[in-house]
Amino acid sequence: MRKLATCLLLLCAAPAFAQLQLTITSGVTDPIPIAVVPFERAVPADGGIDVAAIVQRDLESSGRFKAMKRTDMLSRPTTASAVDVLAWKQQRNDYVVVGRLTAQANGDIVVKAELINLLTGLSMMDKPWTVKSANLRKAAHRIADEVYRLIIGVPGAFDTRIAYVSVDGKPPTQKYQLIVADADGENPLAILTRDRPLMSPAWSPDGSKLAYVSFENRVSSVWVQDIFTTQRSRVSARAGINGAPTWSPDGKKLALTLSGSNGNLDIYLLDLTTQQLQRLTDDPGIDTEANFAPDGSAIYFTSDRPGSPQIYRLGLGAGERPKRVTFTGTYNARPRVSPDGKQLAVLTLDNGAYRIGIQDLATGTMSILSKGRQDESPSFAPNGAMVILAGREGGKGILQTVSSDGQTSSKLNADAGEVREPVWGPYQK
Amino acid sequence: MKKLVSTALIAASLVLFAGCKSKPPPQPPQQEQQNTGDVSGVNDANAVAGDDTATAGPGGELLSKRIIYFDFDRADIRADSQSVVAAHAQYLSKNPSQKVRLEGHADERGSREYNIGLGERRGQAVRRALLLQGVAEAQLSTVSYGEERPAVAGSDEQAYALNRRVEIVYLK
Repeated sequence: MRKLATCLLLLCAAPAFAQLQLTITSGVTDPIPIAVVPFERAVPADGGIDVAAIVQRDLESSGRFKAMKRTDMLSRPTTASAVDVLAWKQQRNDYVVVGRLTAQANGDIVVKAELINLLTGLSMMDKPWTVKSANLRKAAHRIADEVYRLIIGVPGAFDTRIAYVSVDGKPPTQKYQLIVADADGENPLAILTRDRPLMSPAWSPDGSKLAYVSFENRVSSVWVQDIFTTQRSRVSARAGINGAPTWSPDGKKLALTLSGSNGNLDIYLLDLTTQQLQRLTDDPGIDTEANFAPDGSAIYFTSDRPGSPQIYRLGLGAGERPKRVTFTGTYNARPRVSPDGKQLAVLTLDNGAYRIGIQDLATGTMSILSKGRQDESPSFAPNGAMVILAGREGGKGILQTVSSDGQTSSKLNADAGEVREPVWGPYQK
Repeated sequence: MKKLVSTALIAASLVLFAGCKSKPPPQPPQQEQQNTGDVSGVNDANAVAGDDTATAGPGGELLSKRIIYFDFDRADIRADSQSVVAAHAQYLSKNPSQKVRLEGHADERGSREYNIGLGERRGQAVRRALLLQGVAEAQLSTVSYGEERPAVAGSDEQAYALNRRVEIVYLK
């Protein structure tokens, strides 16, 4: 809570920058009909925030739900017992969400939300969420997560954060910002602004820090920054390239790409406590973009040792050698492992276009997830159901989310400048 | 302070090189010397306005050309750039206290971190050519910006060709 308060304070002081707009571009052919009835408000403690609208937008952004228009609602119940099951069912709904906000004497707000299954007539969820009024959006995302879990069977990832790089201005005078926002693009906060490139943000497993690359001293260096206090420290500024940081699952180490002065890019493991450096790859080709398997037993990385970039897996046990993983097409790079460790999202060259592919690690089958010509930077949501990626539209970088089965997608457009390198953060405590 | 960091970096490169014969041993690059005063100033508005380490450098028909262009997915110096590289090599060998930074770049296609690798490969190609023509290691440093600092905006072949480059930056 204290951390969130700090975060909000910073938000008030933050300068203006690109705000993201979410648009749902395609959904499943048979989305689940649901009615999210406006909640009973707590005026003025709720600050005018429409909790039901946030829940509805979260559910619709997943592409799996079709929400009833408010103007079509014949009644607006706020408790399950007041829901006329037959009437809502006749209006072709499968589920109804109702709820109410109550202000407490200490300033907290209790949000009680119920989910009614119209096929059984039973209430599936009757749970209070108590939050500070400033965190009402968070409560809404948590309700959406719970509704998603109860209906779809896997947890939602609405109460999570994303980070991305925003770029303003024309070359060679551009402004780079590292931004942290809610998964729906709201509450954006610039945690760093520089006149030199920022790239490759990576979330720590506990969601409290970002590692990234900055060129602020004209050469590359890797930094770790606390997103709440915004304090940062430089963890690698060795001769040559310092790039592509990713965290080990225990949060104690970073895998990095270093080149030394001779320009040979290889992957190293940096212990953040002892500063000890261990070399993981040793090849004259470009080895970069490491990503850990969720159990920490292996890394996946990009290497052009076969003549063009391909993905390799290196088990971290003693004496293990890198093994090639991708064999589809001439260009596969930037691997990201799914949270269950069964799939790999990669940047792949598909019929002359750079797109995001998903490779099943057991069968080796690759399927193409995105439809752009210059898509890049895939990152899995912590529930594995969605991938966020960067694309281009009208010559500008935009962000997109696509479901891991490719069926649904939505866009996050910046109202100014362009956005790139999205990374989906872990579940929050 | 910024100069100090650059100097420290070059010094660190030198230390690394001292240990390198023809085949570099597989050992981790060393952490540069920490200039604590500078690097702890992390919350300063230390954004760089312009490039205070760059200098006009020598003039002349070939020497005023500071950009070497590359073909798609290639890091070899094209025939039409050999004379430019040779002119810089000659000038630098005659002026052994002059230092240059070789800034490698890639076009925007493909993965960003992999493109950092491609830009570095181009910078190293120019570095090797200069070394072969008598320039001392101590005069040269490389940095790769990958696709992060395009010379021109645009997503067509013409823009790509102008962005695949190594810039030779004369330092003060």
